[in-house]
Amino acid sequence: MTIMRIIIPRLVMLFFVVFGVAVITFIISHLIPGDPARMIAGDRASAETLMSVRRDLGLDRPVWDQFIIYVSNLLHGDLGTSLRTRRSVAGDIATFLPATMELGAISLILAIVIGIPLGVASAIYKDGPIDQVARTISVCGISMPVFWFALVLVLLFYAKLHILPGSGRIDMGIALPTRITGFFLIDSLLEGRMDAFWSSVRHLILPSFVLAFANLGVITRQIRASMLDVLQEDYIRTARASGLRRRVIIFNHALRNALIPSITLLGLALGDLLYGAVLTETVFAWPGMGTYVVTSIQTLDFPAIMGFTVVASIGYVLINLVVDIAYMFADPQIREIG
Amino acid sequence: MSVTSPLAQSVPAASGWKSRLHFLWYLTRRSPLTLVGVAIIVMVIIMIVAAPLIAPYNPDKLMLSARLQAPSAQHWFGTDEVGRDLFSRIIYGSRASCVAAFMIVLISVGVGVAIGCLSGILGGRIDTAIMRLMDVIMALPALVLAMALAAALGPSLVNSMLAVALVRIPAYVRLARGQTLSLRERVYVKAARTFGASPLYILRWHLLPNAMSPIIVQATLDLGGIVLIAAALSFIGLGAQPPTSEWGALVSTGRNYILDQWWYCTFPGLAILITAMGCNLLGDGIRDMLDPRLGGR
Repeated sequence: MTIMRIIIPRLVMLFFVVFGVAVITFIISHLIPGDPARMIAGDRASAETLMSVRRDLGLDRPVWDQFIIYVSNLLHGDLGTSLRTRRSVAGDIATFLPATMELGAISLILAIVIGIPLGVASAIYKDGPIDQVARTISVCGISMPVFWFALVLVLLFYAKLHILPGSGRIDMGIALPTRITGFFLIDSLLEGRMDAFWSSVRHLILPSFVLAFANLGVITRQIRASMLDVLQEDYIRTARASGLRRRVIIFNHALRNALIPSITLLGLALGDLLYGAVLTETVFAWPGMGTYVVTSIQTLDFPAIMGFTVVASIGYVLINLVVDIAYMFADPQIREIG
Repeated sequence: MSVTSPLAQSVPAASGWKSRLHFLWYLTRRSPLTLVGVAIIVMVIIMIVAAPLIAPYNPDKLMLSARLQAPSAQHWFGTDEVGRDLFSRIIYGSRASCVAAFMIVLISVGVGVAIGCLSGILGGRIDTAIMRLMDVIMALPALVLAMALAAALGPSLVNSMLAVALVRIPAYVRLARGQTLSLRERVYVKAARTFGASPLYILRWHLLPNAMSPIIVQATLDLGGIVLIAAALSFIGLGAQPPTSEWGALVSTGRNYILDQWWYCTFPGLAILITAMGCNLLGDGIRDMLDPRLGGR
C-alpha cells in the first residue's frame, strides 16, 4: 500500500518524461538545417520529385499535424525509415541492440566485481597503500577519455603485441552463431559451438575493459565514501565493542548498509555506460547501437539518430525507475515508513 | 555609514581575504593531490595564454617533406600527415579544447543559477512548472541528448558547446534553487528584510555569495567531465572540424594512422587525460576545503 503511494507518482512522472522525449526529439529533428526531402531525393532531383517526397514524409502538413503523426507512429513502435540503410529504424535498432547489451552487461559486471571490493578495501585501509592505488585508479577512470583509452589498448594489444583482436565481435573465419538471443556468448553456448564462444570472449576483452574502467572509478569512489560513512556509525562501534569478528562487522554490518545508497548510482552509471558504449563501439567497430548512431550522425541520417535517442532515453528512464523501486525495497527505513 | 552598515558587515571585509587566502594555502599544502591539480591547471592556463611563445612551430604550417615523422629533437611529438608539428598543434589545441569546456560550464552555470534563483524566489506555480520541466530533462540521458542536439544543429565547435551546456543547465537550476530556498529562511536574510533591504540587494549580497560555494564546487567538478565530453564530441565528428587543432579532433585524425604512427593519436589524448585529471583533482580539493564534513576523504 505505502509503497504504491511512492511508485504511482513515479509512473505519472514516467508518462511526462516519455512525452518530453517525443517533444524534444520532434523539435530537434525539425531544427535540422538541411532539407530531409532533399536528402532522400538526392541533389539532382527535380522540383516535382522533391514535392512528392515531401508529401510522402508529411513535411507539407502543418507542424501540429506532423507532431501528432510522429507521436502516433512512436506509439506503434514505428521510428521511421533510415535514410542510409533504407530500412526501418526500429528494425535496425533491434538488429544492433543485442551487441550493445552484451558489451554493456559484461562491462557493468566487470566494474561491479572489481569496484566494490576495491572500494571496501580502500575504506578499511584508509590512507594505506591499497587506498592510494584505489584512489589513483578512480581518478584515472574518471579523467580518462574513453575513445583514447580504447585506441591505446588497440595499439598495445592488437598492433604491437598481437595477442587480442582489435575490432568486431567474432573472428572473420568463424560462422556467426544462430541468432537466438543475439548475445553471441549465450547463442554459441546454446549451440555448443566452443570456437565461436572463445572467439567472442577474446573480442569482448578489450572493449568491455575500456567501458568498465570509467565506471570502475565512479563505483569505487561511491563505495569508499559510503563505507567510510557507515564505519563511523554507532552500531559499528557497538558491534566492535561486543567482540564480533572483523569480517562479520565489515561484510554483514557495514557493507550491506553502504550498498544501499550505491544502488541509485547504478542507474546513473547506466547513462555513462550508454555514452561510453557509443565511443567504445566506434573505436572497436563493434556492430552495436553506438556504431550505428555515430555512422548515422556522420551521414546526417536524422530518423536513425532520433530513433536511437528515443529508444535510449526511454530505456534509461525505465531502468532508473526499476532502480528507484529496488532502492525502496532495499532500504528498510523507506520500506517501513512508506 | 547608513542604515545598511549592519548588513554590510556580514560580508567578509577586504582584510579578511588575506587570511582566507592563507587558510586556503594551508589546506592545499595538506593535500598534495590538490596541489598537483593546481599545478596542472596553471600549466594549461599558461599554455592557452602563451601558446605563440611556447609552440616551436606555426601549428598550421605545412611541411610536406616532413610528413608523419616520429618524435625527435626537432619535433618532440612527431609530425602529422601534412608535416605540421604535433607539439605545436597540441599547444594551440588547448585553446579550442579548454576554452570550449570553460565556456560550456560558464553558460550552464550562468543560465542555471539565474533560472534557479528566480524559481526559488518566485515560488508558486512558476516554480513548480520550471522544476517539473527540469525533472523531465534530468531524467533523460544527458549525453545522448547532447549528441542528438549537436547533430541537429550541424557539426561545429560552437554548436556542440551549446548542446552540452543546454543539457547541463538543469543540474545548476536545482542546486541554485535549493540554496535559495534554504537561505531565504536564514536569520540574517530575515534580518535584512526587516531592515528594509530590497530583494535585489538581498539576492546580490546575501543569497548569491552564500549560494555560490556549492555551485563553484559543482562547476569545478564538472569541468573535468566537460573537457572529456567536448573532446569526445569532436572525436565522433560533431565538434571542432579539421583543420582546427582541437585535441579530440587530433585523436580522431590520428586514429587513421594508429598502426604505424603511434604518436599521432597518443599525445593529444594524453593532453586530454592530464587536463581532465587536473580539473578533477582541483575539484575534489576545493570540495574538501569548502565542505569540512568530507575533509580527508
